[in-house]
Amino acid sequence: MKSRKLLLEHLDVPGIQGIETYVKQGGYTTLEKALKKMSPDEVVEEVKKSGLRGRGGAGFPTGLKWSFLAKPEGIPRYLVCNADESEPGTFKDRYLMEKIPHLLVEGMILSSYALGANTSYIYIRGEFMYVLEILQKAIQEAYAKGYLGKNIFGSGFDHDLVVTPGGGAYICGEETALLESLEGKRGNPRIKPPFPAVKGLWASPTVVNNVESIAAVVPIIRDGGDAYASIGIGKSTGTKLISACGNLARPGVYEIELGLSVEEFIYGDDYCRGIANGKKLKACVPGGSSVPILPHFLVTKTAAGENRLMTYESLADGGFQSGSMLGSGGFIVFDEDQCIVRNTWNFTRFYAHESCGQCSPCREGTGWMEKVLHRLETGKGQMHDIDLLADINKKIEGNTICPLGDAAAWPVAAAIRHFREEFEWHVTHPEEAQKRNYGLIQQPVVA
Amino acid sequence: MSHSTKPMLSAEPVEFSGELLAKMEEAKNLFPNGKEKSALLKMLHLAQAEFGWVSVPTMDKIADLLSIQPVEVYEVATFYTMFHLEPVGKYVFEVCRTGPCMLVGSDQLIEHIGKKLNIGMGETTSDGLFTLKTAECLGGCGYGPLLQCRHRFHEHLTPEKVDELIEQYKRGEIEPGAL
Amino acid sequence: MVKVTIDGIEVSVEPGTTILNAARQIGGDAVPPAMCYYSKLPGTGGKCRTCLVEVAAGSAADPRPMPKLVASCSTPVQDGMVVNNKTSERVHNNRGGVVEFLLANHPLDCPICDQAGECHLQDLGYEHGSAKTRYEEERRTFDPIDIGNKIKLHMNRCILCYRCVFVANQLTDQRVHGVMHRGEHAEISTYIEKAVENDFSGNMIDVCPVGALTDRTFRFKSRVWFLKPMEAERSCTKCCGKAVVWMFGNEIYRITARKDKYGEVEEIDQKTAWLCNDCRFEKKDAADWNILGPRVINRQSVISQGKYATTIDKPVKRIG
Ligand SMILES: Cc1cc2nc3c(=O)[nH]c(=O)nc-3n(C[C@H](O)[C@H](O)[C@H](O)COP(=O)(O)O)c2cc1C
Ligand code: SF4
Ligand code: FES
Ligand code: FES
Repeated sequence: MKSRKLLLEHLDVPGIQGIETYVKQGGYTTLEKALKKMSPDEVVEEVKKSGLRGRGGAGFPTGLKWSFLAKPEGIPRYLVCNADESEPGTFKDRYLMEKIPHLLVEGMILSSYALGANTSYIYIRGEFMYVLEILQKAIQEAYAKGYLGKNIFGSGFDHDLVVTPGGGAYICGEETALLESLEGKRGNPRIKPPFPAVKGLWASPTVVNNVESIAAVVPIIRDGGDAYASIGIGKSTGTKLISACGNLARPGVYEIELGLSVEEFIYGDDYCRGIANGKKLKACVPGGSSVPILPHFLVTKTAAGENRLMTYESLADGGFQSGSMLGSGGFIVFDEDQCIVRNTWNFTRFYAHESCGQCSPCREGTGWMEKVLHRLETGKGQMHDIDLLADINKKIEGNTICPLGDAAAWPVAAAIRHFREEFEWHVTHPEEAQKRNYGLIQQPVVA
Repeated sequence: MSHSTKPMLSAEPVEFSGELLAKMEEAKNLFPNGKEKSALLKMLHLAQAEFGWVSVPTMDKIADLLSIQPVEVYEVATFYTMFHLEPVGKYVFEVCRTGPCMLVGSDQLIEHIGKKLNIGMGETTSDGLFTLKTAECLGGCGYGPLLQCRHRFHEHLTPEKVDELIEQYKRGEIEPGAL
Repeated sequence: MVKVTIDGIEVSVEPGTTILNAARQIGGDAVPPAMCYYSKLPGTGGKCRTCLVEVAAGSAADPRPMPKLVASCSTPVQDGMVVNNKTSERVHNNRGGVVEFLLANHPLDCPICDQAGECHLQDLGYEHGSAKTRYEEERRTFDPIDIGNKIKLHMNRCILCYRCVFVANQLTDQRVHGVMHRGEHAEISTYIEKAVENDFSGNMIDVCPVGALTDRTFRFKSRVWFLKPMEAERSCTKCCGKAVVWMFGNEIYRITARKDKYGEVEEIDQKTAWLCNDCRFEKKDAADWNILGPRVINRQSVISQGKYATTIDKPVKRIG
């Protein structure tokens, strides 16, 4: 089954990076339609109807988020696009911005119209500086055509769009850290409340949305919220960009209809075409590094034996016991030769490296876990270290300022939950563990 | 492990060219009056593109341009990983080491580059051309292993490709990817 | 006014009051410990997580419990909110976890630390710590540095409460120190060697909950509990001139602000009684001061007990 494409429809049209080609493919007509024929509230209404859920990871309904925006008189409101894309396994936003920059630009203007924001910002991670320049060029083109600036399409709506870089910090993907960074400060997440919808950028009401969420607003307004909602299953509507990586035959960014089976996504000809080099699947982290890892026997099937689907609900089926999350759509696949302990240590090192250091459970806890995991990985661990890890984990989870603490804790908890025997083997066979990998774990026999 | 900030105090005073100052002014003008501090990260990037690294006098000068305290710049520059606070080689190879890249061989690639250039992590070749660093996920996980140099991504790397890349850089054939 | 119940005790407070401040109105065991929040420094709080409490009912309108523990210092009360602090096993466990984190990289050099005896971390460790540390890794270390000739920074002991940064921002006209780097490498620093020289910079010492910022002019190393704290005042054009002078015989060894039972600089005549550097560092002669009489130290700290706990060896289990 080939998926319908809403975001990447014109990906292969030569010159689609430029405004002329983009317009020839129908670009900016949706903006024109909205500005001329729809009120801001009607745009919000369509987005609500579409069932679009935030594509940055948390999956919060976009329309609902928009309706929370405070609208006091005399204070500007802002839309900020989160293009910090740094969750390991995720590289879809870069792809979208690089290939079809005008889709994001159009989405920004359209969404800003709905929110009543006359200025919006795209905060892009500093490492994507070349993408920033692509966006800047697109923005200039849009100004030249009158799609940005004063009185767009004669509607009386004015809008300025600015793109600005980060400096290398995963934490700036967290929306309040992003706002701090956008204000030229350290990326320390803010203590909430107040929430950005009330006090965001420069203390003004602000909506922060992911690149893909904002881009999706264009097809939603073009086709109508109902049409968008007709794609997908249940509360997982529309299409989603999945960044597939790790040991796959054909890694890359795929736009899928939510509801596609995981089996088809991994093995299907239109998608990843199976595990690279004919190897076996060992495990999968389906939604970016912070979501729980699944052992091979829980990847394509749920614990109850049902087909696992690419939806928010199905990937989470079984809760943390036997499920995971769709998250940001960073789909990381491990072949039989990979070491789970090493990978868990690697991920934890990432979180320790990226902790802003403000709150004690995350600052101290991630560093502590990293050191214990490193000992385990290098054959210097002891049995009680495994329980210690699980306990440090519990003391971090839920006790931090921002969800980075949870994001660091979950992968460790899940790895120990599903791969405990592999951790124990590192303790009991420290020398062997330096020479070879453990291999596949067996599916527990359910009594 | 002992670390305490010991920045290079011997750094020479800096002179910002008219062109650099103009770019910084442009960066400031993207933000509303009184909110120019928002341009700080962009200004640090611009300075680094010009001087190769960010010295204390550079930061002091930026503080001056933004009418903020120097410590506000130090706090920011030390928070973000992209700013080199010590002199580096002309070409800084930042190789991604995070999970998805590790699954496709980043560990081996990092080792290979170190051997090839005969330098350890964070070190610079004696000719001052190359510095080897690691980076956390660079947002290109499907195209790994990869490295970044002067705002340009080099993806799907193999030892052979890296060897060739090093030669190309030596011959000055690769322009910065941005700025 | 809104009503909130903390550990079974009801109190009426102004709307917008935080749970912590509501608890302080009740007093006693209902008050969560606070290592980073400082009521006189707007913007502080939220960071250390020692003040975590359980919200058993969010409000009268929506009585559902909050799923996570919340930082009481930065969570406003709602009418009808029910909070558990001392009465919650979950709070006790997780707070113990926070204390363990704060102590993980802490040097535990109390025997040679100037703050010993009046250290909030020591008090907290005493109440929540366990006898054995589970931290087997190498501790992070920094060299102690002098920031100017009045203040010493022992970064090893710092818990990154950020209070001193707020002091510099709010009481002085030029901040020269701040937080550098991030994660477990985050440190309080001036980055380049710079003296913190400012009329009010000495207040950083008073707000520091641990022994990270100490007074370099504290004459002779003496344990604070050998000294007699005396209330004293002098007329000063820069500050209120109301202080505590710490004496041995007729000699003044050290001068601090007057602090309340939460370790915060007191309010006198509706103003926070911050001290200027002149009063704090330069007036060490008893003749400089009008000495009013002994200061009552009412913290449960070791100063008032006249003895010093050398090890954190008594996990006090308070849950019934
Ligand atoms: C540590 C952390 C990192 C995050 N990184 C990103 C990111 O890189 N991109 C993103 O869009 N959202 C990221 N998020 C989620 C954002 O906080 C926020 O929920 C999102 O941008 C909202 O947009 P959406 O509703 O359109 O998904 C991150 C969250 C956390 C806690
Ligand atoms: S959880 Fe970690 S990243 Fe988030 S605020 Fe706390 S220290 Fe910073
Ligand atoms: S893990 Fe290397 S780019 Fe993401
Ligand atoms: S006192 Fe509340 S978090 Fe520190």
